[in-house]
Amino acid sequence: MTDKRKMINVFIMGEAQKVPEGSTILNAIEYAGYQLKKGVGCREGFCGACATVYREKGDYKLKGGLACQTVATDGMSLVQIPFVPAEKPVYDMDKITPDINTIKELFPTVFRCLACNTCTKACPQDIQVMDYVQALKQGNIAEAADLSFDCIRCGLCALRCPAEIVQYNAGTLARRLYGKYLAKKSPELIKRVEEIEDGKYDQEIKELKEMNRKDLTEKYYSREIKLDT
Amino acid sequence: MKIPYYPGCTLKSTAKHFEDSAIESAKKIGIEFVELPRWNCCGVVAPLATDDIMRHVAPVRNMIRVLEMNRDGLVKDEKRLLTLCSMCYSTLKRSNLRVNELIDDLDVLNDFMYKEEMNYDGSVKIVHFLEVLKEMGFDKVKDKVVKSLENLNVAAYYGCKLLRPKEIGIDNSEVPIIFEDFISAISANPVDWHNKSKCCGSFLTVDNKEVVVDLGYDILTDAQKSGADIIVTSCPLCAYNLDNRQKNIKEKYPEFKEIPVVYFTQLMALAFGFPKEITGFDGNYINSVKLFKSKNIKV
Amino acid sequence: MIKKIKITSHNQTFYEKVKTISGEDIAVCDRCGVCTGSCPLTIEMEISPSNIMKMVQLGQEDVMDYNSMWVCSTCNYCTARCPRGLDVSKVTEALRQIRLRTSFDKIQIDKIPKEELKDLPQIALVGAFRRLTS
Repeated sequence: MTDKRKMINVFIMGEAQKVPEGSTILNAIEYAGYQLKKGVGCREGFCGACATVYREKGDYKLKGGLACQTVATDGMSLVQIPFVPAEKPVYDMDKITPDINTIKELFPTVFRCLACNTCTKACPQDIQVMDYVQALKQGNIAEAADLSFDCIRCGLCALRCPAEIVQYNAGTLARRLYGKYLAKKSPELIKRVEEIEDGKYDQEIKELKEMNRKDLTEKYYSREIKLDT
Repeated sequence: MKIPYYPGCTLKSTAKHFEDSAIESAKKIGIEFVELPRWNCCGVVAPLATDDIMRHVAPVRNMIRVLEMNRDGLVKDEKRLLTLCSMCYSTLKRSNLRVNELIDDLDVLNDFMYKEEMNYDGSVKIVHFLEVLKEMGFDKVKDKVVKSLENLNVAAYYGCKLLRPKEIGIDNSEVPIIFEDFISAISANPVDWHNKSKCCGSFLTVDNKEVVVDLGYDILTDAQKSGADIIVTSCPLCAYNLDNRQKNIKEKYPEFKEIPVVYFTQLMALAFGFPKEITGFDGNYINSVKLFKSKNIKV
Repeated sequence: MIKKIKITSHNQTFYEKVKTISGEDIAVCDRCGVCTGSCPLTIEMEISPSNIMKMVQLGQEDVMDYNSMWVCSTCNYCTARCPRGLDVSKVTEALRQIRLRTSFDKIQIDKIPKEELKDLPQIALVGAFRRLTS
C-alpha cells in the first residue's frame, strides 16, 4: 500500500525536500535521505543531542528546538546542530565554594549578560535561562540550580548568546554546587549508595546486560516503579 | 510607605551590609522596600553610543517589573523605583531618560521584548534613597537618632554618578549639599573637602589598578587633611576602590594612613541604634570599630 | 604636540562616523580646554580630552592609537562643565565602540588572574566588560 499522507515542502540545509506531513524534524531529515551519526540521541526528548534551528514560513523569528520533538511545517527552513563548541572550565568540586566567588572565577563571562533574553527564547525546554544567568550574577546558586533544573544541555542558548556566555555549563555548575553543598542531605540516597557498594544489585545488572534488545524493551515498558514507603 | 526597590547585583553579595542596613533603617522611618520580582542586572555603566539600543534592554526590563508590581498590587500607585547603588541609579535613570526623549527607541525596545507581559510606557521614575529621605524631610531621620555621633567627622563622598551628568544628578553638580545634610541629620559632623566628587577610577580597577591607586590616594588623603575620621559612600564600586584598594595604596605610598570607608546607611543604622548584625561594619575592608571606640560610640 | 597632517575624504568619513555614534556636534568644540582641566584622568592620558576633540574634528583615525579613550572612566566631569554643552565622554565611547566593533578586546577575560577575579566585586566586572570587551 502506498503512503497517501499529504506531503509538505521543507528546506533542509537549503535543499528543498518533500516529506510527509506530521513528521518530526528528525524524521523529515531521515526521510529525505540523510543519515545522522551526530546530532541524534534518545529520540525521546530527554538527551538533548538533536538541537535544531529553524524558521517557519512567514515568521521572522529564528527558533530553536529538539529535532525529535518538533513537528516540521510546510515551508520550514532548518539545520541540525550536531555539536556546540563551548568553553568548559575544569574544576575540583572539593575545592570550590557555593558562592559568587566560584562564578567569578570559573564563569566570568556571566558578567557580560545583557539581559536580552535571547537564551530564554531559544530554549526548547522553556527554561527561564536569562533568569538563572542573572541569579548566578547575583551569586544565588540555589535559585540558579532550581531554575536550570530541566536543562538537557542542547547548547542552543550558548549558540545564540550575544555575550558569548555558556549558560548550560554554568547552570550545571550551579546544580553541582547545590547538590554537594546546599541541598538537604538525603538518608535514602546514602542507604542506596551503600547497597550498590555492597553488591546488592550486581546480579540484576548482569542479567539486564545479557538480555536481547526485544526482551529488554519489553521489560522496560512493562516495568513497575516501586516507591519505598 | 511601600516603594519598589532595585538592589543590584553587588548588594546581594559583597555589599550585603549596604542593603541590610538600608532596609532596616528605612523601616524605622516608615519606608518599606519591596524588592522587584525577577529583576536583572542594569549593566552598571550607562550605554552612551546613540546607535546602541541593545544595552538599554536590561534597564528598561526592570522598569517593566515596576509596572507589573503595580498591576499585581504589590505596591499601590507607586511608580518610583528606589535604588541604593549610585551606578544602578545612574544607569537606570539615563536609560529612562533616553526612552522618554526618543519614543522610537522605546517602540524598538518594546518590540524586542515581545515575551514580556507588559510594554513599558516611560512612566517609571528612578529615585535614589537620599532623594527620598530629603523629600520626606531629614527631620524624620533626626527624630529616630538614638545614638549620638556628634564627635564623628564624616566626609561625604558623592563620586560621579550621583551628580553627573547634571540632568540626572540628585543635587547641584558643583556644590552639592544633600549628603552633608544627611550626615547632620544622623547627628554626625560633615566636613567640607575638595575631592568629594572626584572619580575613584570606576571599572578601570579591573585593568588599570595603578590609576585607581593614584586617584584613591588623592581622594583619601584629601579627606584626612580636611579632618575626616571616616568616609561615607553610596556606591559599591567606589567602596571597593577606596576601601579594599587601600592595601594597594599602602604598597605604593608606605606613609599612607588608612581611613575607614563605609556606606552611608551603615552610619544611619548605627545612629538608629541597630546591633552589629545590621550595621555590618565587619563587611568593610578597613576596620572602623577602633575609630568608633576612640569616639566613645558603642557599636 | 606638533604633527603634520593631510586632510582627505577619508578623514571626513571618520569624523562623520564618530559624530553619528556619539551624537555630539563635535565641530562646535572650540578647544577651550575646560574638559582637560576638569578631567581627573588627564594626567594618565597620552593625549588630553581636548586634543581628542581636535583630532576627531580633523578626522585623524590614529586618535584611537593613544591610550586616552581606554583611560576615560566616563566620570562626566567634562560633560557637566563643557561651556558648549558637549559630552566628551560620548566621544570617547564612540571611539571605543569603533574599535570594539571590530571584535577587538581591550581586556582579555581569560588573562585576568583568578585571584583578582575572585576579589573584584560584580559591579567592577560588569562595568569593565561592558566598556572594554567586544
